[in-house]
Amino acid sequence: MADNRPSAASRIIRWIDYRLPFVQFLNHELNEYPTPRNLSYWWNYGSLSGIMLVVMIVTGIFLAMQYTPSADLAFDSVERIMRDVNYGWLLRYAHMNGASMFFAIVYIHLFRGLYYGSYKAPRELLWILGVIILLLLIATAFMGYVLPWGQMSYWAATVITNLFSAIPLIGPSIVTFLWGGFAVGDPTLHRFYALHYLLPFVIVAVVLLHLVALHRHGSNNPLGIDHKGPQDTIPFHPYYTVKDLFGLSVFLLIYAFFVFFAPNFLGEPDNYIPANPMQTPNHIVPEWYLLPYYAILRSITFPILFISSKLAGVILAFSSIFILFFLPWLDTSPVRSSRFRPVYKWVFWLLVIDVVALGWVGANPPEGIVVTVGQIATFYYFVHMLILLPLIGKLERPRPLPSSIGATVVGGGARLSGAGAPLAKP
Amino acid sequence: MLKNILVAAVLAAAVLAAAAVAPAPAGAADESPPLPHQEWSFYGVFGTYDRASSQRGFQVYKEVCSVCHPVKHLYFRDLADLGYREDEVKAIAAGYQVTDPQPNDQGQMYQRPGRPSDPIPGPFPNDQAARAANNGALPPDLSMIVKARPGGPDYVYAILTGYKDPPPGFNMLSGMNYNEYFPGHQIAMPPPLSDNTVTFADGVSATVPQMAHDVVTFLSWASEPNLDDRHRTGLKVILFLIVAAGIFYAMKRKIWAPVH
Repeated sequence: MADNRPSAASRIIRWIDYRLPFVQFLNHELNEYPTPRNLSYWWNYGSLSGIMLVVMIVTGIFLAMQYTPSADLAFDSVERIMRDVNYGWLLRYAHMNGASMFFAIVYIHLFRGLYYGSYKAPRELLWILGVIILLLLIATAFMGYVLPWGQMSYWAATVITNLFSAIPLIGPSIVTFLWGGFAVGDPTLHRFYALHYLLPFVIVAVVLLHLVALHRHGSNNPLGIDHKGPQDTIPFHPYYTVKDLFGLSVFLLIYAFFVFFAPNFLGEPDNYIPANPMQTPNHIVPEWYLLPYYAILRSITFPILFISSKLAGVILAFSSIFILFFLPWLDTSPVRSSRFRPVYKWVFWLLVIDVVALGWVGANPPEGIVVTVGQIATFYYFVHMLILLPLIGKLERPRPLPSSIGATVVGGGARLSGAGAPLAKP
Repeated sequence: MLKNILVAAVLAAAVLAAAAVAPAPAGAADESPPLPHQEWSFYGVFGTYDRASSQRGFQVYKEVCSVCHPVKHLYFRDLADLGYREDEVKAIAAGYQVTDPQPNDQGQMYQRPGRPSDPIPGPFPNDQAARAANNGALPPDLSMIVKARPGGPDYVYAILTGYKDPPPGFNMLSGMNYNEYFPGHQIAMPPPLSDNTVTFADGVSATVPQMAHDVVTFLSWASEPNLDDRHRTGLKVILFLIVAAGIFYAMKRKIWAPVH
């Protein structure tokens, strides 16, 4: 203790930091970073999705070392990975089920944002970057699903690329351009592979922007009120690092269960039949995470004015995501958290039910009651976004907001020993 | 706290389960009776392939199915997985004539006895030859069949045992056979199994259900040869994660104690 000279390691770090403040940056953003002290487990899904992105990129790169993106060899090369590559089955099942896990997490993350109003000022750009990530994820997942070149891969690619033919006049030319030919084929597979490898790194870039925007004003919290000083926050490390680690281990249990004991539960058996352009499967269905959009796509069974039913479906399906960009302005309520919004709270759960219903519709052949449910659910989705959100914000009388986070932390202020005092690192 | 994470986890699982279960009603449209469920040795988290059953199943495949169906993704060496010794695998391979992938010094392709490193040759050189020999129908590859059909092993078992006389008034096409589990009920494959089609070396009585059960066990292995390894690794991983979750939860409680 008498010797106050810093150790060699800390002198090296100081030398680097003086020139490139990297350690300082990490310390500031991951260690000291002040975080609301009342975040619930619903706030675990952000870091979880970041971890899943890394898992997908790592497994994906190792799969790419063994995969052959040509129409003649793709299917067999995937089987080769499954059978002959050391732990190839693990890589592939982790990647395949990882996509489902990734979407489950991202959707929970998104609905968390909806429930607690995380998209409201000053976090509009944070939200918009999130929606961009969602769009990129959908594109990446879709192109990845095509790569094994099974029946569902091939026909999903055919159906989805054909959507562009609904564009008047130039539609068919665009489709030919996308395919690189006159049908989905070898050139299509090659370009999808190239893009499937590229897009995850674009996602990484947007995720970094998402984090920069997040760290500008910090996390929202279950109360939806701003933190007003050090008594409301705790350092990210060790409080949220350990909480995230616990959440991660529980999530990995679910993920591992699927990978090791039900790896094909979420997939389609048809995708283990090699792609056959001469034979259409009975029911072409996308993966579960795209079913709601698919339901909206198919819901328009009649032309609207001069717009064909197909084009109208395409427009609505894309709008269902694009509308999320405008959410910060569609929701007129100044109160963020649904805890203090007695009406919106219920409407939120109706939206959840509505989206699940759309998923069910997307999974079933469009006959009878399925069509009607699909049309009602599609209609309600847009009513929620365009009418209910602005209206409720104006008409609803929110409950009184607490004065500060520190005064109301989970379990009530009275039981709080250290409330009001800034928390030192243990 | 713990309640919250449980709710969150259960919800996540429910979303996944609902999504996966949802497509089930789609199959209801085509009027096949529900598949009879069999006891499979490889079901459940401790499931492994019954080696004796899959060896008998390989015999059924070799003596019956392989007349029309290939197992494109299998190599002779893979059979060691079924419990065959190295010399047995060599003997099985040598019983086949295969075309060497490389031409000989005169530039001619030539036939030689199979080796463990060779893929198991199929009955036909190409799909067209297969169709020509089978009344226009293409016998599918069996090395993926169990994974590639809804219902998996139960479905393949049901097809093998589901041949019946067509109900009166049913419009049968010529050369087709009635099978109550096949979509549309008309299948080009004639009933492949009848009692004592094969003679098992281990003395098991070769009834149709027994042979169907054995060959489906073999074909399930052919579809998913790494299942045993996967289950074994999975148990270790799950155990590890349960311990890790417990430790992290204890850490979390301790670190957060002053905050609550």
